[in-house]
Amino acid sequence: MTKTELLFDLTVAAGDGWIGEIPIGGAVRITDLEGNQAADTLFYDARDYANRYSAVDTIREQGAVYLTTGSVLRTVNAEALATIVEDTCGRHDTIGGACSQESNVVRYGGHTRYQHACRATFLRQAIEWGRGLEKRDLTHNVNFFMNVPLTPQGGLTFADGVSAPGKYVELRAERDLLVLVSNCPQLNNPCNGYNPTPIQLTGWAAP
Amino acid sequence: MTRGFEIPGGAADSLRLRRHRALTLTCLGDGANVSMLIYAADNPLDRLNIPDTLKAQMSARIAAPMVLMSDMGRALASVTGSSLDWHDAITGHSLEVHIEQRHGASSYAAHGNGWRRSARAGLLDELWKHGLGARDLHASINWFTKVAPAADARGTLAFVPGHAVAGDWVTLRAEQDLLVVLSTSPHPLDPAEGWRPAGVSVRAQEVAAPGGDDASRTFRAESARALAVTEGSLL
Repeated sequence: MTKTELLFDLTVAAGDGWIGEIPIGGAVRITDLEGNQAADTLFYDARDYANRYSAVDTIREQGAVYLTTGSVLRTVNAEALATIVEDTCGRHDTIGGACSQESNVVRYGGHTRYQHACRATFLRQAIEWGRGLEKRDLTHNVNFFMNVPLTPQGGLTFADGVSAPGKYVELRAERDLLVLVSNCPQLNNPCNGYNPTPIQLTGWAAP
Repeated sequence: MTRGFEIPGGAADSLRLRRHRALTLTCLGDGANVSMLIYAADNPLDRLNIPDTLKAQMSARIAAPMVLMSDMGRALASVTGSSLDWHDAITGHSLEVHIEQRHGASSYAAHGNGWRRSARAGLLDELWKHGLGARDLHASINWFTKVAPAADARGTLAFVPGHAVAGDWVTLRAEQDLLVVLSTSPHPLDPAEGWRPAGVSVRAQEVAAPGGDDASRTFRAESARALAVTEGSLL
């Protein structure tokens, strides 16, 4: 899309997070700098945090599981939050959720309890944002650059990433957005190629 | 001791389910749907997490003997049996807009107790009774509904008509004390014409704690660990 005023252009280190706003009509680009890096992301209506991203409402309204160009990310009230306008990766997940210290224990065993995890990053960013966001506001997220194929038989796997260095996804804000990102520190499955790496976030104002 | 009651189609309810009691839902008509939310009674911030439940057990659907896992890695309930091998959890529940588009505008003034209400309206009414609300919504389980993904590039979804018929059932065993919130309004992708949502019977029964050879415990290492965390035997 036509680029206008640059709002931010920053790098989020592996295992770090970011929270910030994109005005209606503006855009945000997430770039997988080194490849195979899951960018766990939540979206909120910046005027009403309860009107937040909903994975299941998004999936149902588009009649398909995976996110790519043309996908409209919707709120829990099925209202448009953002549209994916460019996608050089081709497929993104929104069923796999984010990792947490507790879910790591269930999935991989007690030795993973003190490894860093996305939901701790989400919670820290949300609380430090200081405008009332708390744990109950953390819902099922988008995993940009992550590949979680489902089968007609009802199977689900975390597969090798479909991303590569420099792949990016760009979203247009359909309303004033709050964006919350955790650059995933997961080491126990292929979602980050077993090597978490930085991502780049670039934001623009409306044309 | 068994206790039971019936919920008509298009209604909502909430109940406390004590640890090691089993809840059996049975369809009273064809095409039933029960959209359900589940919270830990002692800490409703810990609630059913569908992504965690699915990814830990490598499943795109809910089926026996899966363990329903909480946001904080605990077993909330186990699906100990069902006449159906697929219950949806990835397409959400009906909103007002779905019911109005398919069945027309409705109100108490126009339709009395036949007022056509969405699952969302009913679930919120029940959540508010417990001091919870819209910020506490999570991906619901839609018992008796099947929406299957195709093997194409988009993962195109298709609602499967006729999946559940009268008499189909599912049984959940609570692994800790729970708050269960449920709606019998139709699934938003159900193409059925006419407002004839099926009701369900609800029966609760005391059952034994899961033993070492329990099917939910032996299903997968992940299922066993979730049960162990809840039982206090791991961490």
